[in-house]
Amino acid sequence: MADRSVAIGEWSGPAAAMFVAGLIGAAFAAVLWRGGGDLSLGAAGLAALRFTVLQALASAALSVLLAIPIARALARRSFPGRALLVTLLGAPFILPVIVAVLGLIAVFGRAGWINVGLGALGLPPVSIYGAHGVVLAHVFFNLPLATRLILQGWDAVPAERFRLCASLGLGPWAAFRVLEWPILTRIVPGAFALIFAVCLTSFAVALILGGGPRATTLELAIYEAFRFEFDLPRAAALSLIQLTLAAGAAALALWLVPVLPRAPGLGRTANRFDAPKGWRRVADGVVIALGAAFLLLPIAALLTRGAPALLSLPPSVWASAGTSLQVAALSTAFMLALALPMAGWIASARSGRAEAVGLLGLAASPLTIGTGWFILIYPYADPAAWTLVVTATVNALMALPFALRALVPAFRETLAGQGRLAASLGLTGLAYWRVVALPLARPQLGFAAGLCAALSLGDLGVVALFAEPDQATLPLQMARLMGAYRMEAAAGAAVLLMALAFTAFWLCDRWGRASA
Amino acid sequence: MKHLITAAAMLAATSAWADTPVLTVYTYDSFVSDWGPGPQVEAAFEATCGCDLQFVAAGDGAALLSRLRLEGPRTEADIVLGLDTNLTAAAAETGLFAPHGLDVAYDMPVAFDDPLFAPFDWGYFAFMMNADAAKPTSMQELAASDLKIVIQDPRSSTPGLGLLMWVKTVYGDDAPSVWSGLSDNVLTVTKGWSEAYGLFLEGEADAVLSYTTSQAYHAIAEEDPTKVFAPFSEGHYMQIEVAGKVASTDQPELADAFLAFMLSDGFQSVIPTTNWMYPAVTPSAGLPEGYAALPRPETSLILPAAEAAAVRDEALQEWLTALSQ
Repeated sequence: MADRSVAIGEWSGPAAAMFVAGLIGAAFAAVLWRGGGDLSLGAAGLAALRFTVLQALASAALSVLLAIPIARALARRSFPGRALLVTLLGAPFILPVIVAVLGLIAVFGRAGWINVGLGALGLPPVSIYGAHGVVLAHVFFNLPLATRLILQGWDAVPAERFRLCASLGLGPWAAFRVLEWPILTRIVPGAFALIFAVCLTSFAVALILGGGPRATTLELAIYEAFRFEFDLPRAAALSLIQLTLAAGAAALALWLVPVLPRAPGLGRTANRFDAPKGWRRVADGVVIALGAAFLLLPIAALLTRGAPALLSLPPSVWASAGTSLQVAALSTAFMLALALPMAGWIASARSGRAEAVGLLGLAASPLTIGTGWFILIYPYADPAAWTLVVTATVNALMALPFALRALVPAFRETLAGQGRLAASLGLTGLAYWRVVALPLARPQLGFAAGLCAALSLGDLGVVALFAEPDQATLPLQMARLMGAYRMEAAAGAAVLLMALAFTAFWLCDRWGRASA
Repeated sequence: MKHLITAAAMLAATSAWADTPVLTVYTYDSFVSDWGPGPQVEAAFEATCGCDLQFVAAGDGAALLSRLRLEGPRTEADIVLGLDTNLTAAAAETGLFAPHGLDVAYDMPVAFDDPLFAPFDWGYFAFMMNADAAKPTSMQELAASDLKIVIQDPRSSTPGLGLLMWVKTVYGDDAPSVWSGLSDNVLTVTKGWSEAYGLFLEGEADAVLSYTTSQAYHAIAEEDPTKVFAPFSEGHYMQIEVAGKVASTDQPELADAFLAFMLSDGFQSVIPTTNWMYPAVTPSAGLPEGYAALPRPETSLILPAAEAAAVRDEALQEWLTALSQ
């Protein structure tokens, strides 16, 4: 490990990282400069800080803990529809917040399926509102992501290892200790940090399911500072705290992740001879079924509500779907241009701490980035002309940390396994990328691209701040429908949005897994 | 020669097109959507003004003012349309607005006279409920009931702020105790109106904070008489939506013409069934049928702009304290 023979992204990686830091730094500087330099937080800010951190910790911990058994069960069982289920797991993460919340409420709400069922049995209803509701929603959003990331760790274990385990007669516990525990220590801290950062910036979910102002997050305080008070210094101060928290958590987690090289395998499909039979097989089935039900029932509820309205959607909704697809394509291209060199660079380095830079985009409030760039663009050009570019950029930055989390381990793997051979064959620079790095990281590449495209399709984000009437994206058009009482049409638009986002994700993910 | 004439004619046409003055109106998002008043208002005004009316959507009411403050005097905006009386004091303070010079008799239950801002529509905040539910007739009765309500956060939403003012106006110093009475009725608080209304329509809550005119929407657009508001005998707080002329406008005459048009039939007749609010000046054809049948609260409550701005922080603190228990 100490002696890497090939390094990739040596200069392009740092350049991309500096570009990301510059984009975000410039936005912050603009907000601070425009507002004057007086930074203060206030008592309400402190209370918001406390709630934000606690709910993010709880959400991230629970998401990761629940994801481990699901990923483990999925990794060692094969059954019809497994591939589809693994792809479907991406669905909750890409839903726009309000859509997902309505889906959760259809299942867990006062008039939801569960309470109707409980009522039929004569049992008292359960309430989704409160701190547990916030955590429930965040787990709904992030459990699938954690599962996918952890599953990728399992998939990266060479098949030979499992064969060896089986032939040595290692029991489930021994196999866990020898093979699986090291995977978890490599993957879990990074996944935790990522989800912690996602939950830090959550705002609408925390408010709507938190049940009141107890559930004020920093992001809401930022929103209030920008919108109602027009207190730019306070907004900047709050955003900085949020950013520091997320970046700090990420740096800590990545520092904890040991960078262990492992012997490469032959890339054959793992046939899990070690998978335990008997009751453990049933238990795995139950875990998978419960996880799938938790994630897919709310989506089923949304589909049954929105599908009838799909055919009668107004033309402007279809037009905005086109706009959204353009933004998604642009944002995916942009994300890949940043993620590939950065991931190569981080994989070549001894420590993974540089990955924390990637988290900045996720942790920086979109409102702050949007407002900052508005201030920067305004003196020179019409910000409305740049709305879609800024939106695509913000979306690319949001997806960047997920892409890095997926790509870095894959690149590290290929560098460790193929780096010397490639160097001896004279495969360096672009040739190394083309022949070695990209083909071997294809599954991760597909996953990252799909995630970015889907995330971008579902994000309302900054477009709502500056859009011209005819520049509406699909999530914005959906918000407009809801604002005009057209809840049914909005439900139809939500189904269209889900279908587009899911198809984009499925196509990319499928392309990636086609080779595996 | 013929080509020359064609070319000259085209040139003239182009320059005539290029000379068409542009009037830029900043407004909130739902105003410009296909389902809002924007498209019809644009067509009607452009038919007479010989200009190009361009709407720019900037989030909602409060975001509109933030946007203008960000841009300052260099703003492209000629008109800002969609602030309400909770924002006008802050808007006036920016010094970015010029007097409108209009003198119109408004059809509103309260007198309104603001040199900078002219109202274009108005409504009453109210709790919408199902028609067959037992309805409270006051905030205290609501607090004493076990009805579950969804409200909006006053820090991010106009109706949410309206409810704050409503309670404060009726109960004054007793507002904190009313809020602590209401706190166990509040199922949840949402970021904006649509999330809250969506929850209500899903059957999550018994009542939702909205407008009395929501009832008109259900009656007219969906022919659904089962969604009605609960009339409160202590009165209903009003929202008055206003527009103002930006002082730095490069089209002052056109801006004046637009404000005058805003109070004419061409604009006002569009409002009831697109923005679902009462028009500030009743159109000559009268109000749509669903509106005539809509009960009007006996008491109309509203704080003058300066007072609203002054009590906002205190009322917000009371709300936060009561609901954080």
